[in-house]
Amino acid sequence: MPIDPVLISAYTTVNALGRGVAASLSALRRGEGALRRCDFDDALLETWIGRVEGLEDAPITGELAAFDCRNNRLAQLGLNQDGFAERVLAARESYGAERIGVFIGTSTSGILEAELAYRQRDPATGALPEGFSYRYTHNVFSVADFTCRRLGLTGPALAISTACSSSAKVFASAYRHLQAGLCDAAVVGGVDSLCLTTLYGFNSLGLTSAQPCRPWDADRNGLSIGEAAGFALLERTPADNTEGIMLLGYGESSDAYHMSSPHPHGAGATLAMQRALASAGLTAAQVDYINLHGTATPSNDASEDQAVIRVFGTRTPCSSTKGWTGHTLGAAGITEAVFACLCIEHGFIPGSLNTQRPDSRLLAHIVLATQEQSIGVVMSNSFGFGGTNCSLLFGRKPP
Amino acid sequence: MKALYVNGIGVLGPGLGGWRESAAILKGTRVYRYEPLPTLTANLLPANERRRTTQVIKLVLNVAQEAMEPADVEVQRVYSVFASSGGDYEVMDKICMALTLAEKPVSPIHFHNSVHNAPAGYWTIAATCSMPSLSLSAYDHSFSAGLLEAATQVLVERASVLLVAYDYPSTFPLAEKRCLYAPFATALLLSPARTTQSQAKLMVTLTSQDTEDRLDEAPLERLRTGNPAARSLPLLQAIARGSAHRVILPYLANRQLIVEAAP
Repeated sequence: MPIDPVLISAYTTVNALGRGVAASLSALRRGEGALRRCDFDDALLETWIGRVEGLEDAPITGELAAFDCRNNRLAQLGLNQDGFAERVLAARESYGAERIGVFIGTSTSGILEAELAYRQRDPATGALPEGFSYRYTHNVFSVADFTCRRLGLTGPALAISTACSSSAKVFASAYRHLQAGLCDAAVVGGVDSLCLTTLYGFNSLGLTSAQPCRPWDADRNGLSIGEAAGFALLERTPADNTEGIMLLGYGESSDAYHMSSPHPHGAGATLAMQRALASAGLTAAQVDYINLHGTATPSNDASEDQAVIRVFGTRTPCSSTKGWTGHTLGAAGITEAVFACLCIEHGFIPGSLNTQRPDSRLLAHIVLATQEQSIGVVMSNSFGFGGTNCSLLFGRKPP
Repeated sequence: MKALYVNGIGVLGPGLGGWRESAAILKGTRVYRYEPLPTLTANLLPANERRRTTQVIKLVLNVAQEAMEPADVEVQRVYSVFASSGGDYEVMDKICMALTLAEKPVSPIHFHNSVHNAPAGYWTIAATCSMPSLSLSAYDHSFSAGLLEAATQVLVERASVLLVAYDYPSTFPLAEKRCLYAPFATALLLSPARTTQSQAKLMVTLTSQDTEDRLDEAPLERLRTGNPAARSLPLLQAIARGSAHRVILPYLANRQLIVEAAP
């Protein structure tokens, strides 16, 4: 039985390409990426990052000031774009605050605040500085808590933290809460911000590239880390709505293979894509474009390529948008879900930026330059450490 | 929401060494005495993975294994939900300390163990289970949020779901900012249908009209309030008593979960 499609009645993104969907749309169409040499804090790493401008000058003030940290600043910036917060407030008027759920993905939340606090430990006692609030900054739930309070929502809320699939899985969790009758609408989102833990952590595993990341390229040698916030408002689809973009399906799986390496033949990724198609009641041939996870590490792309070929063959157009934004980790799912909505709404396939010489051993049909064409259904893939996989399907209501 | 069934239980905490012993304590036929956790192992895992595990991961694997032992469902078919307020504080501490040093020598093993879904990753490897797994936090209300998520999975996906709630105290200096009383973890195997292994039937609803249940015995109440995963204890007590009970668990923003537990 296919799932009941869920209407995406509002969506927004802030990432290195800029604030709001218009900035991403115009960059994706013009072919202008946003990666730059790492200039974050005192990180001395030969790598490139997708950094959001202006967070240093956008503190959280007023009654939510305790939440002030880079990650929640990014969340605040995201909620303020594209009239998203206003759309949610209008939904709150009609459904009631306690009937709207909040489902936010993040991998590291505000850990940067803890990193900074550890540098400022008391030289005599080793104690952390008084001003450091673990609960409202570093803790995983902080960003979901902030989102609830900023929007005045009191429905079911949780932070999903499954590494790089976090903000893809929020769609599945929100769908289930809607179906179970625990809420009538849901704010889903993902927020992850630059920090030294991920920059040095991925570096320690040899997974960061010294160049801008090149997904599917023969010379690809690692990822570029980015930061982003994205949100979407989900509602049950009114019977007469045939125009809106919807979540058509989702598929989740586990690799059960290794903590930080993907299954060599993409077994878990294959299952996630197959389950997504089954939950949407669609065949592979009905998918017009696949937004790949495409991190540009040699093993990730090779694994995903095998999975895509197994499920779709070699004809479905694919690209990774990590070359534009960097890998935004726990925010990658929502960022690329928003890109999927933009592709459907505006009719285009983003190219795989920085990919110059596609790896001849990889067989998926990689789109190198952005092309304008009508798009009905998009699959978006998100896979993470711990072997956690999630594939989503977006499109207009099936006839 | 429709009913779900508890078909397996695991418990591990100070003086609570497994479900059978914990059930006797919770229904009052055995005296509770605080004792530190025994040394935990991770025998489920292949040797190369076992070497990389932390106390938190071992705690999780032990309760998960206990809940699955009597199960009449294949472990490879079971979904999983992992609920923890803050994950592995000790690993976070090690990474933050490393980042204060000039070369910032973050250990790759600490880094992959630092993800909130690290225990979930090890569990799926140990169980060779490719079913969906979700790791979440709702700070002090993570058990209730996990129970809701697991319940929606049981009812919407028509799947058996292993819910694991766990929290492990941090050490200095983080302990001054996040103080947990003792390690505690519980695992519930939840299913859409009654089986011969069913220990309880649960009906879960949301309310804002009630106040959370407390435990009569002071040392257990201290554990309940001192570890978010131990907020589950009133529910475990109701199951242990084996008669119909209405349990009120704390949830977000002055809301509560009503769990109607019946044999």
